[in-house]
Amino acid sequence: MKTKELWVRVLALVLPVSIGLLATAAAAQETAPVLPRQAADAIASHKVALDTMWTLVTAFLVFFMNLGFAMVESGFCRAKNTVNILAKNYIVFAVSSVAFLLTGFGLMFADGNGFVGTHGIWFVGGPDNSPAMGDAYRGVYGSISWTGVPLWAKFFFQLVFAGTAATIVSGAVAERIKFRSFFLFSFLMVGLIYPIGGHWIWGGGWLSKLGMLDFAGSTVVHSIGGWAALAGAMLLGPRIGKYTKDGRPVGIPGHSMTSATLGVFVLWFGWFGFNPGSTMAADWASIAHIATTTNTAAATASISALLTAWALLGKPDLGMTLNGGLAGLVAITAPCAFVSVPAAFLIGLIAGVLVVLAVLFFDRVKIDDPVGAISVHLVNGMWGTLALGLFANPEICPAAAAAKPGLFLGGGVQQLLPQIVGVAAMGLFVFPASALGWLVLKATVGLRVSPEEEYEGLDVGEHGNHAYPDFQPVAVYATSGSGPGPGRPREATVAGMVEFEKAR
Amino acid sequence: MKKIEAIIKPFKLDEVKEALAREGVRGMTIAEVKGFGRQRGHTELYRGAEYVVDFLPKIKIEVLVGDDQAGAVAAVIEKAARTGRIGDGKIFVTPVEEVVRIRTGERGEEAV
Repeated sequence: MKTKELWVRVLALVLPVSIGLLATAAAAQETAPVLPRQAADAIASHKVALDTMWTLVTAFLVFFMNLGFAMVESGFCRAKNTVNILAKNYIVFAVSSVAFLLTGFGLMFADGNGFVGTHGIWFVGGPDNSPAMGDAYRGVYGSISWTGVPLWAKFFFQLVFAGTAATIVSGAVAERIKFRSFFLFSFLMVGLIYPIGGHWIWGGGWLSKLGMLDFAGSTVVHSIGGWAALAGAMLLGPRIGKYTKDGRPVGIPGHSMTSATLGVFVLWFGWFGFNPGSTMAADWASIAHIATTTNTAAATASISALLTAWALLGKPDLGMTLNGGLAGLVAITAPCAFVSVPAAFLIGLIAGVLVVLAVLFFDRVKIDDPVGAISVHLVNGMWGTLALGLFANPEICPAAAAAKPGLFLGGGVQQLLPQIVGVAAMGLFVFPASALGWLVLKATVGLRVSPEEEYEGLDVGEHGNHAYPDFQPVAVYATSGSGPGPGRPREATVAGMVEFEKAR
Repeated sequence: MKKIEAIIKPFKLDEVKEALAREGVRGMTIAEVKGFGRQRGHTELYRGAEYVVDFLPKIKIEVLVGDDQAGAVAAVIEKAARTGRIGDGKIFVTPVEEVVRIRTGERGEEAV
C-alpha cells in the first residue's frame, strides 16, 4: 500500500515538471533565431564563472601549502625551536597578504617598463575592466589579461604564490635567526624583491619578451625564494654544533618526522592547485595533463631520492625521500604544461637525485640549511626551468603560452637559451638584493640570536614559551659528534655548554 | 639485607620481571634511565650526516632482598637479562643498613 502511495506522489511531481520542460523546449524552438546571441552570452558568463571558480579553488589549495611548510619545517627542527618556526610560518602569510596588496601585485603585473610595473601600484588601485580579456581589456594590469577572471581572482591567486616564495626562506634560516629580522625581511621579500623578479617573467618584463617561460613558477616562486634563503643562510652561518672542530657536518635530527611527513603530503596536495591552477581557467585538457605531469614528477623524484639516499648513505632516509618528493614538484612547476608525461617522469627522476646530492653538497660547504630548502627550491627550481628548454613540446597544451620545441625535441637551443638567461638573471638580481636586505637588518635589528638563546631554544628566547610545555623532550644525542670524553663539560649548565661549543 | 640494582636492556624487562617473580621476589622498582658503558654510545645518520647518541636508553631495576637470597637473585637477573651482545648492562649488589615499611613501621628483614 505504502509503495503505491509513494509512486502516485512521485508521478504527481514528475509529470507537471516534464510537461513544463517540453513546453519550454517547444517555445525555445519557436524563438530559435535570437538564441545564438543569448547562448553565446550565457556560455561566456558560464566560462567566466567556471574559470573564476577554478582559479579560486586552486588558490585555496595553494593557501593550504602554508600548513605544509609549517609542518615540514617544524618537524625537521628541534623541539626547542618549534614555537619559533610555527610563528614564522604563520605570520609570513599575513605579511605577504599585506605587502602584496600594498605594492606587490602592482609592481609585478601593472604596465610599466621591462623591469617593474609603474601604474596602479598602491592597493591594486589601477583601472581595470576584468574579466574582459585580450584586446577587449582596458586597464593597467595588461600582463595578466590573458585570463578571463575578475581582478580580485587574479590578485588572490597571485597572492598565495607570493606567500609561498616568502615562506621558503624561513626553513633555511631556522633555529638561529631573530624573529624580528625574519618578520621585516618578509615585507621586503613580498613587497619588493619577489614582484620585481616576477615582473620580468610574468608581468610582461624583459625575460618574457625574450621568450623565457615559467608556467607555474619554478623560477618565479621557488628560485626567488631559494636565492633569498641562500643569502640568509650564508650570512647567518651554521647552527652551533652543526660542524665538528675538523669541519665534519653533524646530523641534528628534527624532532618530528611525523610532522614532516604530514607536511610533505599537504604540500603535494597543494601542488595540485599550484600547477593545474596556473592555467587560471577551467581548461579541461590542460588541467588534466598538468595534474598528471605534476604527480608523475613528484612520484619519480620520491623514488629516485629514496634510491639515491639508500645507495649513498646505506639507509632509505625518510628526510631525504621527503625532500625528493618536493624536489620533483618544484622541478615540474615550470614545464608542467609544456612537456609530455614521459618527460615529466624523467624530470622528476633527475630532480630526486639532484636534491640528495645538493643536501650533501651544502652540508659539506658549510651552508647550514636545516630543512633542505635551498636544495629543494633553488637547485630544483633551476633544474625545472632548464628542463623546460630541454623537453618543451609545442603540441602539448596549446592553450598555454606557446613554447618552442626543446633541445631534445629537435628545437636546438631556441627555448633553452632564454631559460638559461632567466635562471642566471634571477640569481644575479635576487641573491645580491636579498643579501643587501639581510645586511641592512643585521646592521639595524641584528640577524642572529645570542649563543645562549640558540642553545636554550628560540621558543623561550624569542616567544617566551615552549611548544610542548608538559612534554619537553631532552636531547640525548651529542652535538659534538665526538662522543663523551674529557673535553665535555662536567655540568650541563647553559653557560658551560655554550663555552664548550665555542671552544670547539 | 642487600639492594640489587641491575641496568638492563629495555626489551629484557619482562623476562627479568618474570624470572624474579619465579624466584620469590615480591617487589621491585624500575626506572627508565640513559647511559653508556665501554661501548660509548653509537652513531646514527640523519639526512646524510652522522651524529653520536651518547646515552642509550636502559632500564634500571632495584630489588631489596635478604642477605641469603642476594646471590641467587643476582644470578637470576644475570641469566634472564643476558643476550651475549654489547650493552647487556651491569648488576650491583650493595648492603642496606635499614629498611622501613612506612605503613606499619616494620623494620629490617620483616620490612623487605
